Formats: sequence, C-alpha cells, structure tokens
Amino acid sequence: MNLPQDLKYTASHEWVRLADDGTATIGITDHAQEQLGDVVFVELPDAGRQVKAGEECAVVESVKAASDIYAPLSGEIVEVNQAVVDAPEGINADAYSAWIFRLRPANPADVAQLLDAAAYEAEIGQQD
Amino acid sequence: MTRQTPLHDIHRAAGAKLVDFAGWDMPLHYGSQIEEHHLVRRAAGMFDVSHMLALDLSGTDARTWLRHLLANDVAKLSTPGRALYSCMLNADGGVIDDLIVYHFTPVRYRIVVNAGTADGDLAWMRQNSSGFAVSLAPRRDLAMIAVQGPQAIDAVWQAIPGSREATQGLAAFEAAEFGEMLLARTGYTGEDGIEISLPATQAEATWNALLAAGVKPAGLGARDTLRLEAGMNLYGQDIDASVTPLESGLGWTVDLKSSRDFIGRQALETRPVTRRLVGLVLLQRGVMRAHQTVVTKHGNGETTSGSFSPTMNCAIALARVPRDVAPGDTVHVEVRDRRLPARVVKPPFVRHGKILV
Repeated sequence: MNLPQDLKYTASHEWVRLADDGTATIGITDHAQEQLGDVVFVELPDAGRQVKAGEECAVVESVKAASDIYAPLSGEIVEVNQAVVDAPEGINADAYSAWIFRLRPANPADVAQLLDAAAYEAEIGQQD
Repeated sequence: MTRQTPLHDIHRAAGAKLVDFAGWDMPLHYGSQIEEHHLVRRAAGMFDVSHMLALDLSGTDARTWLRHLLANDVAKLSTPGRALYSCMLNADGGVIDDLIVYHFTPVRYRIVVNAGTADGDLAWMRQNSSGFAVSLAPRRDLAMIAVQGPQAIDAVWQAIPGSREATQGLAAFEAAEFGEMLLARTGYTGEDGIEISLPATQAEATWNALLAAGVKPAGLGARDTLRLEAGMNLYGQDIDASVTPLESGLGWTVDLKSSRDFIGRQALETRPVTRRLVGLVLLQRGVMRAHQTVVTKHGNGETTSGSFSPTMNCAIALARVPRDVAPGDTVHVEVRDRRLPARVVKPPFVRHGKILV
C-alpha cells in the first residue's frame, strides 16, 4: 500500500498535504480508493465555505458505494479541484495527486491533531 | 466459513478482491471492475459462476412436473438443448427463484438455480414432487464458467478442441452436450457467449486455456453492472418472494395461455397488479443505489438496483413504481439528501454493445 511519509492523515481516510503558505490540500488515501473500487463521481464543496473539523464536505462515489469526505481541519475552503470531477478515475490511478479541495485552517495549531503515516497505518490495521 | 469454488486458488493467484456472495468467497474484481465491464462489451471476459447450482432432472414425469412447477411452459421446448428462462412461484405468486431449464429429452432436463436460493429451491422442488415419477440430482461436482462478449464464442472454440463442431449450429438460448461438458449459448450480460458447465476437476485447465485464448477474468462487480445494463433482474434484489413476475417486467415469461395449472397461477390471475418494474436513467450527475425512494405523480416507488453504467457513463437503475408510470415520464429519485430527476425507460438499457434507451 502506498503511504507517503510526508503527508498527514485522518482516521476517516483523508490525506492532508501542508504547504508553506499555511494551506492544507486534501484527498482520499490509496487504502480508501482500494476499498471503494472504481471511482465514478466526485461532488465538491463550494469554495469560500467555512467548515468545522469532521464536517461532511465532499462525496466520492464508486461503482460500489458513496463515501463522505470530511474536513480534517476547521477553516475555509479556498480552492476545489474541478479536474477530479471531470476525471474521477484519477483517484484510483494516483490517490495522492488527485486532490479534492484546499483549505486554510482557522487555527494552524490544529494540524498537530492529524495522524502521521505510522499512526494512520496502525489505524487501518485496527479497522481491518 | 465461506464456501469456495474449484477456481478459488486461481482467483487468489490472479490477485482478485474476494468477497462473500451468498456464502461463497467470490471474486468481486481483479483490479478494475469498469475495465472488466468494457472488456465483456467489447471483447471477451469470463466469470466463475460455479456457486450457482446445476440440478439434473430425470424421470418419466419430468416434463409434466416442470409444467406444474414453473410459470413458463417447458412444452415450448422441442429441440434438444433448447433452454427456457422461468420463475418458480409459491402459491401466492411470489418468486421463489428465477432459473434456466435446459431440455434434452422429455424425460431429462438440466436446471440451473441461484446460489443463495439453492437449498430452499431443492427443498421446495422435493416437497412438490410427490406423486410424480422424477428424480433430482444436485451436481456440486460441476464447475461453471460463463464466457461472454463479442469474441467469446471464437475464444471458446480456440480453447476447447472440438467445441466448434459441437456448438456452431446453436442458436441463442440453445445448448449442446459435449463429452462431460454442457456448452450453452446463454448468459447474464446482454452479450453473446457460451456458458460452460464441466467437471470441477477440469475447471482450472479450461480456465487457463481460455486465458491463453485471450479471455480476461471478470468479477461479480462487472457481472452486476452488465446484467443491470441488460435489464436483467437479480434475485434477492429486484425480485423475491414478496413480488410476482407480473410486477417485475417478467410477464413475458409467464404462460397463462395454456390451460395447465402451475403453482402460483391462481394467485397471478386474481392478485391485482398495482406496480411495475421500469428502468431509470439519471439526468444529473450522481449515482442511484438500491432502496432509494422514487417520487412520481402516481405515488412513490423504490429503486431495486442502481449503479453507474460504464457503457452509458451515467447512473441507471431498476425501480418498482406505481403501474401508471410510463416510459418517457420524468420522475425524481432521492439520492442521499437530494431529489434528482430521472427518465423512465423500458429495459434493457444496453444489448450487444449498443445503447438502446
């Protein structure tokens, strides 16, 4: 399973890439796409929306099931990836480049609550 | 403990994602369900369907008994090898199972039933056979491989020496006995193809020969989207004992013309038909799933199967709706927290690679 060490994770299978400008880019993990199967539809949040950590803000649907995507951090959605709507299979091909939305955290210190790769891997082990 | 087919080791070695289906550990896909779907529509794919149960029926009353047991009439079958799709009903007209019966002679037939209903079917058949000179032999010693797609028949001919001569004269829905095999031009995908029934001991070698002939394995995921596009019901999802064939788009399989008295006939003739099974094509992005509410001007209905159609590149569904809902109508489906518009169509959605709706 592909689990980049430089990303942060959530127990609900989002990955988070933290940028120098303080924004966080979010997608779903390789493990999540493998569980879902072929992704056929992605519903994006509106840019500008304020979200709370743990709030549903996007949907990824596969041939098998619909899966809610949760905001890993509280903050404002600053950008969404229209390309992943047009080509949802990109999530299966490379889950870590097919990002879904970008968020500016309300409180930068919140990132400390995210999981690192080892903690996420342990989380998956427990769920299986 | 889930059961395994004779091809289980082959699926594991091929990296299949295995899931429990009706108590059997079966391949869902071997990588990509959508690629497998397209392969069957455009070339050839093969499915392990050994979880389904073949029953050999024999006896001097075989034909008479089937005419009592089944809603469709086996008297329609005259050529040896001819197959018939039928529902088996309870006394209320509810569907106990849907099955295929192959006719060899009036005293010898092969019946193929669904995996999840097999034990109950057999019990029902035995319970309703008293007074008939028939014997039923479950054939768990057999494996079944469904080879489907526009290139499927050629590939079978290449993989199984001598099979061409045995099957080239077959029309659709006909089968030929070939040594210990039964080669049937039947399937569950809306494409042409051959379903091979063969001794379990020969399953791996035949599977490998088909691989060598260019046929790719396909899992139950693709099988489900293929049959849904083909407008074919899935037992336990679109039909079950709570509905009749007349509410399920299966009126064409119920023979009410002959005077024979089959189990469930009286109920079908008296029970009012208030619902029908229709196809839905979603007019917006999103994916319909089973058990979503369908809002129509004639009252509410419910989706029974729904998925993304790889061929049409949009969501499709089967739905049981009030009888007056007609093809061409626009209805609304409650997909998660939204009501999305969908067009009512008459299934099938896709046959032989072509979109029909």
